[in-house]
Amino acid sequence: MAILVIGEHDNSTLRPSTLNTVTAAAELGTEVDLLIAGADCSSVTDEASKVGRVSRVLAADDPSFSDGLAENIAPLISSIAGNYSHVLAPATTYGKNILPRASALLDVQQISDISGIESEDTFIRPIYAGNAMATVRSTDALKLITVRTTAFDAVGMDGAASVETVSGGGDAGLSKFVGEELTRSERPELTTADIIVSGGRGMQSSENFVLLEKLADKLGAAVGASRAAVDAGYVPNDYQVGQTGKVVAPNVYIAVGISGAIQHLAGMKDSKVIVAINKDEEAPIFQVADFGWVADLFEAIPQLDSALE
Amino acid sequence: MKVLVPIKRVIDANIKVRVNADQSGVELNNVKMAMNPFCEIAVEEAIRLREGGKAEEVIAVAVGPSQSQETLRTALAMGADRAILIETDPAPEPLGVAKLLKAVTEKESPGLVILGKQAIDGDNNQTGQMLAALLDWSVGTFVSGLEVNDGSVRVTREVDGGLENIDLTPPCVITVDLRLNEPRYASLPNIMKAKKKPLETFSPDDLGVDVSPRIEVLKVIEPPARAAGVKVSSAEELVEKLRNEAKVI
Repeated sequence: MAILVIGEHDNSTLRPSTLNTVTAAAELGTEVDLLIAGADCSSVTDEASKVGRVSRVLAADDPSFSDGLAENIAPLISSIAGNYSHVLAPATTYGKNILPRASALLDVQQISDISGIESEDTFIRPIYAGNAMATVRSTDALKLITVRTTAFDAVGMDGAASVETVSGGGDAGLSKFVGEELTRSERPELTTADIIVSGGRGMQSSENFVLLEKLADKLGAAVGASRAAVDAGYVPNDYQVGQTGKVVAPNVYIAVGISGAIQHLAGMKDSKVIVAINKDEEAPIFQVADFGWVADLFEAIPQLDSALE
Repeated sequence: MKVLVPIKRVIDANIKVRVNADQSGVELNNVKMAMNPFCEIAVEEAIRLREGGKAEEVIAVAVGPSQSQETLRTALAMGADRAILIETDPAPEPLGVAKLLKAVTEKESPGLVILGKQAIDGDNNQTGQMLAALLDWSVGTFVSGLEVNDGSVRVTREVDGGLENIDLTPPCVITVDLRLNEPRYASLPNIMKAKKKPLETFSPDDLGVDVSPRIEVLKVIEPPARAAGVKVSSAEELVEKLRNEAKVI
């Protein structure tokens, strides 16, 4: 049977998380359908038809799908899921919001945040903030799964899928989108960046984060943060890397003034190279760092900045 | 309005967990247990709603082994009015928990169910969404701001791109994120008082709910450890290593 992927988008472009999820789906079967549920989202449907490994794009265009409300989209997923062996969504806030609702409607025990596929019913997933890896087998006939996007490569844009319209929709009348405050940035997106410069409590203020932003711009990097820095109000919530924030796995993760709590390590320890800059040489971050530099960050960052000239 | 607050007993967030010898799970013997941190935030928010006159009663409910009573007593000491334990060992999967909570919700008819967005043991992030689906209620997930008005509940959600505001039609389910509030500590007099607050116990059978597992855990292992790194002592040395040794910049 075919595999269904729930595409994530903002009604104008497809989110990169969709491409990683399609790769996971293609490991499970050769026939992959990609659902685009949105409103006035034909540009997304066009883009989706070029995603590699996808056989069919299912376009569900309805005003009730405009804002990604779980109450409206979950019934659509559950109404078409019977045609599939697996339904996959990215383990982003979008997928985590919608898929468990569809799972409950289908009486399926969802498998969250898989980082590996052993067979069509057996998966590997991190538990306890990634301090243990569980191999789990689903006994449900239908499998609903969220996918840890950093664990699967993005599929190429070399596909030529057909597009079919899916009917459905209608406002459940339970919730209403009011507005959003999204962080606008010219820098790469945290979850897909090759390089991340991340700051912690040691940054001491939001003004000091400018130091990291300058460094990030020199490296073409994204800027992240630990929970402590977000809680202190230095940067917005969407900067947070960790167990309950974003999970990242860039080529280089530069942790500046971050002590390295278990919950933070959970979000970045799969990075290829980890650099830690911290004045406390006992900081746990050094235990996972490939390159550690015990230094006062306010001296170290300007020096690093000039060494990169 | 009643507020129902489902909570979970988990390994204390500050403990480094270890995989057990037969690789069937993590070591739970002689390990400090505590209330899941997200659940503490949920309990705190419910108490604040009562203190602010928006709720009359806060009911904490736990699903799990009999020791979960301790976790419920903590919620009572924080200020919850009464507690319900659905005793089952081990704790069921999220779908089973959601079905049990649905049964309790139908019994108690709360206006709001507030719970943590995830438990830090299984990291599933499912129960609240599933409960809302089973009840056909609206849900606000990953909530960092909550405003309860007559006939509508406005939530601020922490999403990957920033923040999002949504209006929910009550009754509804709220799953809380870290920045909603800072939970209080229970005072000693309140810990003593909590011992006398009512705590009812049910079994899944009492509620007529089948919680048979759907997932089989085949193996639990430690993740691969990262090899020890090296220390550098200057910016030039660091840049040289990143450029020429690791070849990543």
